[in-house]
Formats: sequence, structure tokens, C-alpha cells
Amino acid sequence: MEKRVIFKGWMLPALLLMPQIVITAIFFFYPAGQAIWQSMFVPDPFGLKTQFVGLGNFEYLLNDPYYRASFLTTAIFSTLVTVVSMGVALYLAILADRLIKGSGTYRTLLIWPYAVAPAVAGVLWMFMFNTRVGVVSWYLGLLGYDWNHVLNEAEAMGLVVAASSWGRISYNFLFFLAGLQAIPRSVIEAAAIDGAKFWTRFRTIVWPLLSPVTFFLMVVNVVYAFFETFGVIHTITSGGPQQATTILVYKVYSDGFVGQDLGSSAAQSVILLFVVGVLTVIQFKFIERRVHY
Amino acid sequence: MKIKTLNLALAASMAWGTAASAQTEIEWWHAFTGRLGELLAAQVEKFNESQSDYRVVASHKGNYSEALNAGIAAFRAGEQPHLLQVFEVGTATMMSATGAVKPVYEVMEESGLEFDPEAYIPAVTGYYTNSDGQMLSFPYNSSTQVLYVNRDKLEEAGIDPDVDLSIWENWDEVLTQLKDAGVTCPYTTSWQSWVHLESFSAYHDVPFATNANGFEGLDTELVFNGDIQVKHIDQLGEWAQEGKFIYNGRRNEAGANFRAGDCALFTESSAGYAGVKAEADFDFDIRHLPYWDAVDAAPQNTIIGGASVWIMEGHTDEEYTAVAAFLNFLSSPEVQAQWHQDTGYLPITNAAGKLTEEQGFYDENPGTEIAGLQMTRNEPTDNSKGLRLGGFDQIRTIIDEELEGVWSGQKSAQVALDSAVERGNQLLRRFEQANR
Repeated sequence: MEKRVIFKGWMLPALLLMPQIVITAIFFFYPAGQAIWQSMFVPDPFGLKTQFVGLGNFEYLLNDPYYRASFLTTAIFSTLVTVVSMGVALYLAILADRLIKGSGTYRTLLIWPYAVAPAVAGVLWMFMFNTRVGVVSWYLGLLGYDWNHVLNEAEAMGLVVAASSWGRISYNFLFFLAGLQAIPRSVIEAAAIDGAKFWTRFRTIVWPLLSPVTFFLMVVNVVYAFFETFGVIHTITSGGPQQATTILVYKVYSDGFVGQDLGSSAAQSVILLFVVGVLTVIQFKFIERRVHY
Repeated sequence: MKIKTLNLALAASMAWGTAASAQTEIEWWHAFTGRLGELLAAQVEKFNESQSDYRVVASHKGNYSEALNAGIAAFRAGEQPHLLQVFEVGTATMMSATGAVKPVYEVMEESGLEFDPEAYIPAVTGYYTNSDGQMLSFPYNSSTQVLYVNRDKLEEAGIDPDVDLSIWENWDEVLTQLKDAGVTCPYTTSWQSWVHLESFSAYHDVPFATNANGFEGLDTELVFNGDIQVKHIDQLGEWAQEGKFIYNGRRNEAGANFRAGDCALFTESSAGYAGVKAEADFDFDIRHLPYWDAVDAAPQNTIIGGASVWIMEGHTDEEYTAVAAFLNFLSSPEVQAQWHQDTGYLPITNAAGKLTEEQGFYDENPGTEIAGLQMTRNEPTDNSKGLRLGGFDQIRTIIDEELEGVWSGQKSAQVALDSAVERGNQLLRRFEQANR
């Protein structure tokens, strides 16, 4: 039976909830409300004059084929970042989980990249793959491969995905490892005694038991790919070549802070907010059903 | 509450500080770091030491875009500095901000200090004057495009290092020879839109945009998809496909390649001189930007880039007098000549140019006079006075994107430029709407 604690009156619960509500209101509702309000205007940068345009900003954006194309770019980018960072992290976590000697060192080393800020990570990767001085591009050159992410769209996308996933692998690794270690040994051993090979055990026992962690990470990583990869893109490609790596959040920045077009930028934030909201609902509605807690 | 008290305390202490020293303090937000930042700080210090009435406090606010944003945000909060350094592409944004900026000519007039608009080089100040010829912002650092030649590379390829590269018609042969001799980077450029479209149009006396490149009104439209520009971009695209023109990035990434000796020919800002001189361990020289001889009007004059200093509204008369005194100091021949020689930026007054010549700087540093000559070779026309376009920073990004399509061979020059014009025009219309 579920146990319920019922407060008398509403004062105490309201008081207890207050800090959370205040923080959400100040840091989420207020700016989000501002964005929605601003998205209906075309202001000049200095705030000297402004024009009400209703849904004009949205109309302008959705009629722009380049803006629409950036949805696809964002979808590809986010999917790749999520899959790569989670896939590699899971693989490493499984290896680390089986390790007996030196696992501490191994784990520490794997967690390190998480401490690197996205912009710094971007610069590191940019230098490694710099078409002139990059170590990696130099080795690729020796192999006869002419690396040029300045003009090659696929290479540029690959590079920003790699740079964005790199730091994220550490974070995911931590969660996966904790998830793996929370699975009772006895269950796995029992399966092993019954003759189940590694893959069978993974598929039938580990993966289902790991699903809450996987689901959580998926939500978090998608949000990360949507919003926090800005620094990496800015330092490595600035959205180029052409618009190959211009994801939605990068366009919000460049229209707002480079182009001083605050109306369009606000409208884009609203669209982005909406997209991420829908994605999260979908994830909770459809994918969470397969999760075993 | 606490913040307010703190602010009060801070204001009080600042007021006390001013009172104690009886100086008028003015703030200057800029975007310079490194060597340029040091030189700027030295100028400020020299001014502060030269007199005791005024004091300039310079603060670095990030790169050009960031400094502009900091200025805008500060204005919205009512905390704007007196002076703000804004890059040339932000000119239209600042100009349209009536009520946020105070034109230079007005400040100079009101201050009662000596100010002779004739002393300035029109090709430099033209970018920052209104259609009545009045100076709106102070041209602090201006440069123009020149050609850098790696003489050793040419010689290695068996080409006479003095080969005539002044017209584009001669280039194909030279680039082919370089390529055949195994040079991996025969030609590269920085700032592709600035060099190959903006200044290119001025140099060939064709419009970049209607309404005298935007000087005569916000209802301007881009027209850089004309025959001459298309032909030029088409030629560059062809060279890119053949490996004769190597694209290295949207900004000045190519500078590293040239300075390291990879590239034989390089078009870049005249302000790149200090870097090339410091790093290049090969014999190089500086030449005029090439032009198409087939175009009768060419060579007209090239246009500038860099930044100017804007005066913000909302300060006291006393402070504006201080600003005027500081700008006068910056315009003095000695200070200007020093700045020009240290940085490679253009001198903004005729006197500074003359002084530099008298000091023998041009004889000791051949090639450094080219930029000035190229700017002043002809009286600027409507097509070559400069550009004044809203959202220009983003229009440049659009041009970059479209040109990358040409360099990678995915788009023809005509298609790319048409598309850039169309997309850019949308931004211009939005800017017009915001500033109606």
C-alpha cells in the first residue's frame, strides 16, 4: 500500500515548495515569457524603437528555406552526438566493469574530459584537425587522405560531432558504470551457470536492467546536443562550410548577437523551446514504456 | 538591495575620486588585445600624462562583435561608456541609432576645440561620414587590402619574382607555373567577402548595393551579382577546382599558411604587415591589389576595413569636451604617424602620412606606403566611398557560405551570388523594418 502524508492546510507545503517555485519562475518562466513577448516584435538593437509584428517573425523564419534546413542539420547532429557519446560510453563502461586491476586509474582518466569546457574542447579538436598544423590531418595526409573540414561538409559535421561527444562520453560513462555495478552479480552469475554467453546475458539481463539509466541519459544528451554544443560549433566551424553545421541554437546566437536581430532570435528561441518540449514529451510517452524500473 | 548599496558605495567612491583629482574621466570600450591592445594602452597613457584635466579609462570588452554587444547592452541599462570602438560592418547599426550615438562633428563643434575636417583623408573618413560630409564616428583603425608576394616561392618555381601581378589577366599563367612546380598553395586569401566582393566592387567602380552602397537610404538592395563580380568569382572558383587557389577559412586563417611559407601569393589587410614581417623567414614584398584590366574604370580605389570610435549619448558637456580633447590628441600628426608605423593601419590625416614619409619610414619599410596610395589614388565615387548596410556582419556570413559553395564546386558563381543577394536583401528589409 502506498503511504501518503497529508499536510493540514496549505501554508507549510507552499512554504516548502517556495524555493523551487521561485527559482523556476526567475530562471525559467520569466525569461521564457520575455522570449515569447519579444518574438512578436522587430526591435532595433538599442531598444529605441520597436514594431509589433504579431506572428511576423515566425512567418519570416518558416518561409526561409535555410532555417528549415537547419532543423534537419540539428536532427542529424543531435542523433549522432547522442548515439556516439552513449555508445562509446556504454562500451567503455562494460570494459571498466569487468576490469579488476587498475580500474581506478582507468576510470579517472575516462572522467577527465568532462572537466574540459566545450569551447576549450572545440579549440583542442580544431587544432588536431587544422588543415595546416593539425596532427591528425597530417597523419591522414601521410595515408593519402586530404582532410579539409573547411570546405568538406561531411568532415565538418564529423568533427563537431566528435568534439561534442568527447566530453560527454565521460559523463555518460559514469552513469553507465554506476548502473552496471548496481546490477546484482548473482543474477548474472546464475545466467552464466545456465550457459548464457556474454551477449545473451547482456541482451536479456543487463540491457533491460540498465534501461532507466539509458533513458535518463538519452533525455539529457538530446538536451545537451540541442543547447550546450554551441561553444564547440562556434570555435570549430562557425556553422560552416556553407550551412553544414548551423544547428538551431547556433542560429539563435548568430542572428541575435551577430546580426542584432533580436526579434528573429527570440522567435527562434520560442521554436526551439517548443521542439525540445515536444521531444521530451515523446520520449516520456513512448520510450519510457519500455523502461523497467 | 545589497547590489544597490554596493553600487551607491561604488558611485560615491568614484565621485570622490573624481572630485579629489578634479579630472573629468571618460570611458572607452575597445576590442583590442595583444600587441594592438598594448599600443592602444600606450596612447591612452600618453594622453593622460600630457594634461591634467581629463582622464581616459580604456577597457577591453572582447572581440569586435562582443564589444558592440557590450555597448548595446550597456546603453539599454543606461550605463554606456563615452566611447565605443565598433568595427566597420557595424557602421549602419550605429548610424541608425539616433538617440544612442552623438556624431563626432557635433561633439567637436560644441566643444569649441579646433577641428578641421579637411585635415582628414577623405578615402578613410568617407566610410564614416554622412552624405553631407560630416564626420559621424572617428576612424580609429583602418586598413585596406594589399597583395603579399613570397618572392622565394616564385623563384623556386622558376618565375621572375618581379613578374607583373598587377592585373588579374596575368595570374592564370603564374598560378599554373606555380602549381606545375609543385607549390601546394599558389594563392590564398583572407576575408573573402571584403577582398573579393566589397573592395573588388569599389576597385572596379561597380556598385555593391543600390543607393550609393546604402549611403543614401535604408531601402538599399544588394547588387553584387553583376557581370564583373560574377566573372571574377567564377575565375576564382575555377582556380579553386584546379588547386591554384586554396581556401583556408572565412577570416584570416590563411595568414598562418602564408607566414609559414606555404603559399606564394596572398591577399590580406595592410594591417597584416606586422605579422608577416615578424614571422616570415622568406623574402616578401607588398603590392597593389590586382584588378581586371578589361574593366575600364579599374583601378578606382579600394575600401577600408577596421573600426571606428563612436561617441555615445547621455553624458555631460564637460565629458564631451574631454572626448573632443582626446580625439584631437589621436588626430595629431605625431600620434597618428606613430600608430600608422606601429600597426600598419592607415594614417587618417594627410599630415600624419607626410610626417611618416619625412621620417623615412617608407624608405626603410618598402611596401608600407602601398595601402595609402591605393586608397587615395582617385577621388572616391559613390561605388567606392564605402558600404553602409544593416546587418552587414550577417550578410558577410551569407556571402561566406555561398562562396564556399563555389570553392567546393557545388555552385556556379552566378547561382551563388544570386542566392547571396537574395538572402542578404531579406536581412536588409528586416533592418529597414526595425529602424523605420
